[in-house]
Amino acid sequence: MEVGLQHYLAVAAILFTIGVFGIFVNRKNVIIILMSIELILLAVNINFVAFSSYLNEVSGQIMAMFVLTVAAAEAAVGLAILVTFFRNRGDIAVDDASVMKG
Amino acid sequence: MLQGIAFYLLAAVAVVAGLLVVTARNPVHSVLWLILAFFSSAGLFVLLGAEFLAMLLVVVYVGAVAVLFLFVVMMLDVDFLKLREGFARYLPLAAIVAGVLLAEMIMVSIAVVQNGAAADAVLAAPTADVSNVQAIGRVLYTDYVYFFQAAGIVLLIAMIGAITLTLRHKPHIKRQNIADQINRPAAKAMEVKTVQSGQGVSPEELL
Repeated sequence: MEVGLQHYLAVAAILFTIGVFGIFVNRKNVIIILMSIELILLAVNINFVAFSSYLNEVSGQIMAMFVLTVAAAEAAVGLAILVTFFRNRGDIAVDDASVMKG
Repeated sequence: MLQGIAFYLLAAVAVVAGLLVVTARNPVHSVLWLILAFFSSAGLFVLLGAEFLAMLLVVVYVGAVAVLFLFVVMMLDVDFLKLREGFARYLPLAAIVAGVLLAEMIMVSIAVVQNGAAADAVLAAPTADVSNVQAIGRVLYTDYVYFFQAAGIVLLIAMIGAITLTLRHKPHIKRQNIADQINRPAAKAMEVKTVQSGQGVSPEELL
């Protein structure tokens, strides 16, 4: 049961794929799409940290921190847009999202 | 051996929780599965020797992002079953794309590990003199200090954006306007009325 770099990369690949899969099957529900994006970013972070640990180079973890920052900012702004959209439309169906264009 | 068991357990929980995030019927359950996925991934980070990022993942994702999601999901009164329409229709295409993507990524991973940049890489043993937090701090505040500042600006702009997007002033709610209060002249503050005996003053006159 020895765990190598490829095992961590495989877990990250599976989580990334689940995120893409989630965007495909839930294309009407913005909240699930945002959560799928979070899963994808988590997979990227696992990749960064795995390479960082196995190559003994700490900058990968710094990159993971910046990814985390951007993910938090993206979630905040995305959910704010979602709340505003819901107030105006009374619904969060992605099909109507084109009404947001100026 | 023990590390292997921990890895497979955490990895299995993370993958199953991730699958349930995208397939759960109720979005509130999705958020809870997302929290579980983040927790398991934090465990994987600990196994990799990145304790600081593991803590950061728990604090930032579980403590802030997932709670924000939970808050919004519970606040919005949406018929989520209607939003699930087309789940079965898109399932075959999604499965094909996901399968191809997964196969490609696993092949690239194996290639990188076997004869790419990460060939014969071994997990860095924890050193006694420098902890993970110290190692991160030494690099983050020297080589990456401008990026660190930029990350702060990104968060500030996200905060301002979220506030401007969601803040709204209802017209009929009375609010304190300090400029109006300070600029009110004494002449407007008080008015002397001569009241006829036995008649009084109507409220409209007072305004």
